[in-house]
Amino acid sequence: MLRACLRGANATARVSLLPAPLSIHSCLLVLFHFSSASKVVVAGLLTVSGGIGGTVLYAKWDHKFRAAVEKNVPYSDWLLGLALGPAAQDPGLPIKKRVRCSAHPSHMALRVVTHMEAPERLLPSVFVSHLEASAEATHIISAIGEVPSVPAPCDTEAAAVKGIITETGPCCEATVLTTARSAVLLYYSKCLCLLCDCFAAVSASLEDSLASSAKAALQAIGAQEAALQAIMQHTDKLKEAMEAEVLPEEKSNQWKDLEAALADRTTALNDARAALSKANESLDSLRSVIDESKGLKISSVRPLVLAAEENLHNMVVDLDKMVMKVQSAESEAKIVSQYSELVNEAKRQFQREVSSLTPEIQANWKGLTGKLSTDDLNALIAHAHRRIDQLNRELAEQKVREKIHIDAALEQQKLEDQKALDNAVNTALQHVKEDARLDQERKLAELREVMEAEMRTQLRRQAAAHTDHVQDVLKVQEHELKAEAEQVLSSKMLEQETRYRQLTQEQLDNFTLDMNTAYARLKGVEEAIDSHVVAEDEARKAHQLWLSVEALSYSLKTAEADVPTVPLENAAQAVRDSCRDNDFALALASALPEKSLQRGVYSEASLRARFNSLRSLARRVALIDESRNSLYQYFLSYLQAALLFEKSQEAPPSQLSSEDLDPFKLLSYASYCLEHGDLELAAKLVNQLRGEARRVVEDWLIEARLTLETRQVVNLLSAYANAVGLGTTQAP
Amino acid sequence: MADEHARKWDRCLADTAVKTVTGLGVGIVFSLIVFKRRAWPLSFGSGLGLGMGYSNCQHDFRSPYLIHGRMVKDQ
Repeated sequence: MLRACLRGANATARVSLLPAPLSIHSCLLVLFHFSSASKVVVAGLLTVSGGIGGTVLYAKWDHKFRAAVEKNVPYSDWLLGLALGPAAQDPGLPIKKRVRCSAHPSHMALRVVTHMEAPERLLPSVFVSHLEASAEATHIISAIGEVPSVPAPCDTEAAAVKGIITETGPCCEATVLTTARSAVLLYYSKCLCLLCDCFAAVSASLEDSLASSAKAALQAIGAQEAALQAIMQHTDKLKEAMEAEVLPEEKSNQWKDLEAALADRTTALNDARAALSKANESLDSLRSVIDESKGLKISSVRPLVLAAEENLHNMVVDLDKMVMKVQSAESEAKIVSQYSELVNEAKRQFQREVSSLTPEIQANWKGLTGKLSTDDLNALIAHAHRRIDQLNRELAEQKVREKIHIDAALEQQKLEDQKALDNAVNTALQHVKEDARLDQERKLAELREVMEAEMRTQLRRQAAAHTDHVQDVLKVQEHELKAEAEQVLSSKMLEQETRYRQLTQEQLDNFTLDMNTAYARLKGVEEAIDSHVVAEDEARKAHQLWLSVEALSYSLKTAEADVPTVPLENAAQAVRDSCRDNDFALALASALPEKSLQRGVYSEASLRARFNSLRSLARRVALIDESRNSLYQYFLSYLQAALLFEKSQEAPPSQLSSEDLDPFKLLSYASYCLEHGDLELAAKLVNQLRGEARRVVEDWLIEARLTLETRQVVNLLSAYANAVGLGTTQAP
Repeated sequence: MADEHARKWDRCLADTAVKTVTGLGVGIVFSLIVFKRRAWPLSFGSGLGLGMGYSNCQHDFRSPYLIHGRMVKDQ
């Protein structure tokens, strides 16, 4: 059964292991059919595929294993990528996030960060604080420290920082506060670093662009200057060429120079234009950089920006001036060139005319002196005359149309002037605007600086005042806290002292109590012991008393028939000795009758016996009393005694009536009582006898009384001794 | 006290007897001497003796009841 299960388990395991379509059953079948070598091969293939499949599965499950495999085994990454897809990388934090995340782990600081003003606003403020007044800021921060102060409503960096600190201050615990502050400072520093980088980058870029633009502008200006110079030169030369009356060779030189100058001018102009374009480009780039850096809104860049803008403006102004100069020069040159062109045109015309008239003659008619014939000369002169006429006519026309032309020219000039004016005005306006703007910005910057400085001074003052106030408050608080602390301390001390005293007192009390209790107990023990001693003493005494009493009562028993007891004197003395300080016992002991002490007492039995003998005698003398006491009475009494029969013992009634007082009855009662051991009643009854019978029994009565008395005393003593003895065993 | 009664009786009887005998004796003597051997002195003497004895005896027995008073003179 177990083996079947194992087989089944094995089979299922092997089936689940191979994901391939080959089932173990078919494999086994195949295996069985193949030879041993192919079996080995198939087995090896199976093992390899199993290993690879297992590796792939495990790599799917464990990424580290996959990484290790990819590292160590070549082409495994391809295989694994094919099988499992790309490995899931651990996401790396971008720097910004890292910065943000590493700023502070606590929620509070993040909340503080979110509570802060917009980072853009914060950045410049912090930046400013860092760049311009970092010392003050740190001073302020350190001055603020842990003291929560009223957050100022102004939006400067110190206030912002203070506000932040105050926000963090009251909200957080000290540790969190310090950590928050440190985190905030860290964040600030990081921001500052970023800003520094930014600023550095911006300034660098600004500087670069400034430098480049300056260079380009200078170059442009230089080029423009050169162009100007070239133009001026050219115009001068042209003017010279036009107006100077020089020799033809010099004229040709002049024309060559002019051409050279023209070439120079053109090159210079081209250079200037190129330089201008370059300068414009660089200025544009500078402007764009400035705009960018302005767009960054880092205030500390502002002066740089401002300076750059001013430089730009200056360069632009210079360039414009140069350009204007160049343009004016150019216009002049244009005029001059126009003039020169006109002149040249006229010259050419003339030349053409001359050449048309005299085709053989070359140009440069000024050089002609002897080459022309008279015809030519005439033709020339006629032409010249005609030309002069024409020119005169034109001149007259021109004079006539002078005004119109002048007007037109004026108009044109006006227009051109207007245009130029407009341009100039525009450029001047732009420049002025730019200037104004720059001025404004400069003023703004100055004002800002001034404001900043003032603000800083005010802040410093405020900070100083605040520090003073804080110091005062701190002092006051210190005082208060000190007083409070002192109070608390004193109260605590008092409390402690009182507690201590209380405790000591308690201890003392307890000790005293214990001592007292111990003492009391000791005393009690002592008392107990004493009482015990006393009690024992008493007990001993009682015991002695009892013993003596017992001895006494025993000595009572020593009475034999008709013999009295031993004299009780000794026993009584012993009793008296044993109860020396016991008045009662002493009284009792002294209450013993003398006779018993001296002689002893008769026992009850002897008394009883005697009574029996007495009884007959009493019966015999029953009739004799005071009145009847003759012998005859005696005889009669004897007779009566002989003839009267009564019960020998009769129970006496509880109350004796008069007929009970008959002597015979009394005697029978007394006998009864005696027989029943009641000596006392018997004595009482016998005491009722009168007359001679009484006289006869008087002895017996006395003895009986004595015995009774003694017995009573002894009983009392014994009872007392017992009681005392019992009493001593009882607790007092 | 009972013994005294008995003693009294003893005494009484002895005394009576003695007296009687003595009386008898005296009587005898008298009879013999004086009264010529008459019998009457015998009986008289014995009677006398007996009476004396009886009287003594009675007196002896009465003696406890006898009250002896004394005249106290007013001073």
